[in-house]
Amino acid sequence: MVWYIVRRFLQLIPVFLGATLLVYFLVFSLPGDATAAICGERGCTPAVVAGLREQYNLDQPFWIQYLLYLKGVLTFDLGTNFSGRPIATIIAEVFPTTAKLAIMALVIEAVFGIVFGLIAGLRKGRIFDSSVLVLSLIVIAVPIFVLGFLMQFLIGVKLQWTNPTVSGDATITELLLPAVVLGLVSFAYVLRLTRTSIIENVNADYVRTATAKGLSRRRVVVVHVLRNSLIPVVTFLGADLGALMGGAIVTEGIFNVNGVGNTLYRAVLNGDGPMVVSIVTFLILIFCLANLLVDLLYAWLDPRIRYA
Amino acid sequence: MSHSTGTQTRGRRAASDGADTPQPLLELRDLAITFSTSTGEVPAVRNAHLTVMPGETVAIVGESGSGKSTTALAAIGLLPANGRVSNGSIIFDGEDITHASEKRIVALRGSSIGMVPQDPMSNLNPVWKIGFQVRETLKANGLPSGPQDVAKVLSEAGLPDAESRANQYPHEFSGGMRQRALIAIGLSCRPRLLIADEPTSALDVTVQRQILDHLDTMTEELGTAVLLITHDLGLAAERAHKVIVMYKGQVVEAGPALELLTNPRHPYTQKLVASAPSIASRRIESAKKAGVATDDLLAPAAPADAARDRVIEVEDLTKVFRIRGNWGRSTDFTAVDKVSFSIARGTTTAVVGESGSGKSTVARMVLGLENATSGSIRFDGVDITTLGRKEMFDFRRRVQPIFQDPYGSLDPMYNIYRTIEEPLRVHGVGNAKSREKKVRELLDQVALPSAMMQRFPNELSGGQRQRVAIARALALDPEVVVCDEAVSALDVLVQAQILNLLADLQSELGLSYLFITHDLAVVRQIADHVAVMEKGRLVEQGTTDEVFDNPRTAYTQALLAAIPGAGLVLPPEVA
Repeated sequence: MVWYIVRRFLQLIPVFLGATLLVYFLVFSLPGDATAAICGERGCTPAVVAGLREQYNLDQPFWIQYLLYLKGVLTFDLGTNFSGRPIATIIAEVFPTTAKLAIMALVIEAVFGIVFGLIAGLRKGRIFDSSVLVLSLIVIAVPIFVLGFLMQFLIGVKLQWTNPTVSGDATITELLLPAVVLGLVSFAYVLRLTRTSIIENVNADYVRTATAKGLSRRRVVVVHVLRNSLIPVVTFLGADLGALMGGAIVTEGIFNVNGVGNTLYRAVLNGDGPMVVSIVTFLILIFCLANLLVDLLYAWLDPRIRYA
Repeated sequence: MSHSTGTQTRGRRAASDGADTPQPLLELRDLAITFSTSTGEVPAVRNAHLTVMPGETVAIVGESGSGKSTTALAAIGLLPANGRVSNGSIIFDGEDITHASEKRIVALRGSSIGMVPQDPMSNLNPVWKIGFQVRETLKANGLPSGPQDVAKVLSEAGLPDAESRANQYPHEFSGGMRQRALIAIGLSCRPRLLIADEPTSALDVTVQRQILDHLDTMTEELGTAVLLITHDLGLAAERAHKVIVMYKGQVVEAGPALELLTNPRHPYTQKLVASAPSIASRRIESAKKAGVATDDLLAPAAPADAARDRVIEVEDLTKVFRIRGNWGRSTDFTAVDKVSFSIARGTTTAVVGESGSGKSTVARMVLGLENATSGSIRFDGVDITTLGRKEMFDFRRRVQPIFQDPYGSLDPMYNIYRTIEEPLRVHGVGNAKSREKKVRELLDQVALPSAMMQRFPNELSGGQRQRVAIARALALDPEVVVCDEAVSALDVLVQAQILNLLADLQSELGLSYLFITHDLAVVRQIADHVAVMEKGRLVEQGTTDEVFDNPRTAYTQALLAAIPGAGLVLPPEVA
């Protein structure tokens, strides 16, 4: 097991190298001069442009630029973005907000998705099951920005239960509405996945045997149906955690959340190469770790899976 | 062995019990069960009537779909969600529990009525330790459930080293051990009635016998009544006092076991008695003792002719698998160890052994699906282990397989015509028209109507699917057919039909069979030569008569003794 985890961490190295190289190359080959973005509309003198080029190594060939960047990463120096702020500081500033938002969304979608899916699966074909299925289909079908603006308008503006937008502090109560919106689509998927899985397992032989042993219905469902049904759901949730941590550009945009998604979006618009590469690399690492977590959870839920 | 006298002593015991306590433990009166399906209400059981006295073993015999399991499951309220008791009553120990509350049924389950289910592979929850699954049973029924209680329950069921075994997961248990764990669970709360639903049909014969013996001893000691559900009449007759035969949802015959065997009145029972492999092979034994030539009793199979040429010769065949261990280490596992045998043209050679004996690996190597580690397989004098791609393709045309599971071996997306025609198309035989003619002929040979061509596998019964699999195997006019447990998944009557069909095709087309099976009763009916495998090695081989009359190794003797019904003493008129 320990060996497995060590190996998984070693696997991160090629993933990290490949991903940074790819992202770096994409940013490098963007059309336009990077210094133009820094100088803005008024332009800079040729001397300043030359200075900037030297500062960001823009005068070097691609490979040298990439290797210099790697050197920076390995010495925990991500450098500065085009406005001169240290990139590490910016990530440290925006990531907690995104992490808070992601975890809240994950908890919401997991709890509601599993509970609703369980009830729907146990009452397959009845009224609760059918209505929940239709609702989840609507949630999946309607684009997230429509749902987002709709809920912002209804709950934030009309009913005024919460602020329509999130302040710089990003408190838990402020983040609740964005978290619901962010988790909504995944909630529908978790619900459907749980429901299908429950329906499959509820007719399993070992469930019948458990009933024949004299266990109460409740215990049969919780101990024998639910745990077995959660295996595919956990896979989905883990992958989703990685995706949510990457920040939700649309949701963060609607509710004005100062998170990773928003920051990345602005960096792309500004052509801020160092910033984009750093954030994306950071996200890739988060994603890999989330996947590792899923695999370990998987082995914990299903003892037949043994990593060696 | 106590077997030869087992039936009689049990019969006496039951009779005396019956005299002491006249009230039956379980009584089903005119029970009718219906399933509601998309096409409306379908009756599954009609007018089922049966009584189980305290301490008595009653067997329900029937083929799949006969309603035998449904009847038994209704007794503990375990019908599937769409099934319901539509008529009649279920009386347990004087109490009508037909429409008892969920709470009452839950109270009865485990503590008063236990169950041992059919398939040990799927009946233990894979994500919980064995000990946990025993403990929750004890707990739910209000019994002490400490680690020593769990270990005691498990060791009673014959599980060695129970204390540490309780900390293992089901996948770390063999099939036989899982079934012991399930028996332990079923009997842990000392129920008065145990419903055993085909408790051993998924196990090897020797394991099957151990488990049944143990179940017998335990239930006898505890005075538990057993409702045994089985498709094997021989097994039922050997283990039960009373046998109930069900056919298409109805009880067609009921009575003391031996009486039913000697004097079956209903035509279905007569057919069952005639074709149950365990009884058939028993009949051959008896007949031989009486001096009757066995040829008349056997399914028509070509006699072994020593002068015939050998179509397949296997020499020193060895297969070593690497098993991956921790820290990148690997160990070698010898699945097949220097096995040599041959198949004479037009005859049947059976390779017999328990699961894990390497018999299926032999089959896969003969089919060229698995590479041999060393040794040779000569087909018509040519070593197939050295064939190139092109030659292998031609070889495949001449050696065809029939696999065990007709549900798994047919592509569900292919209709029957396409399934049978595919090998012809792949090998570029004839044109569309001649291929269709060939498929019609093949369906005719396996006694299926040609109207079946447009159907899909899920619309066919198990026996029909296996006929399709045979037709597909015969499409290329092969010389050798490798049957890997080809009849093991089938009901006895269907099994007998398929065995007859295979024998007919053999004499008609001069086929040679390599028959892989764990079922010696089947071997007796079809094989000319037998090779017995144990743990990868071939321990004994010879003609079927030699091996059955004069088993030389202890292993073969154990296998033979384990055929269900072997302990039956059949009166001469049955034999």
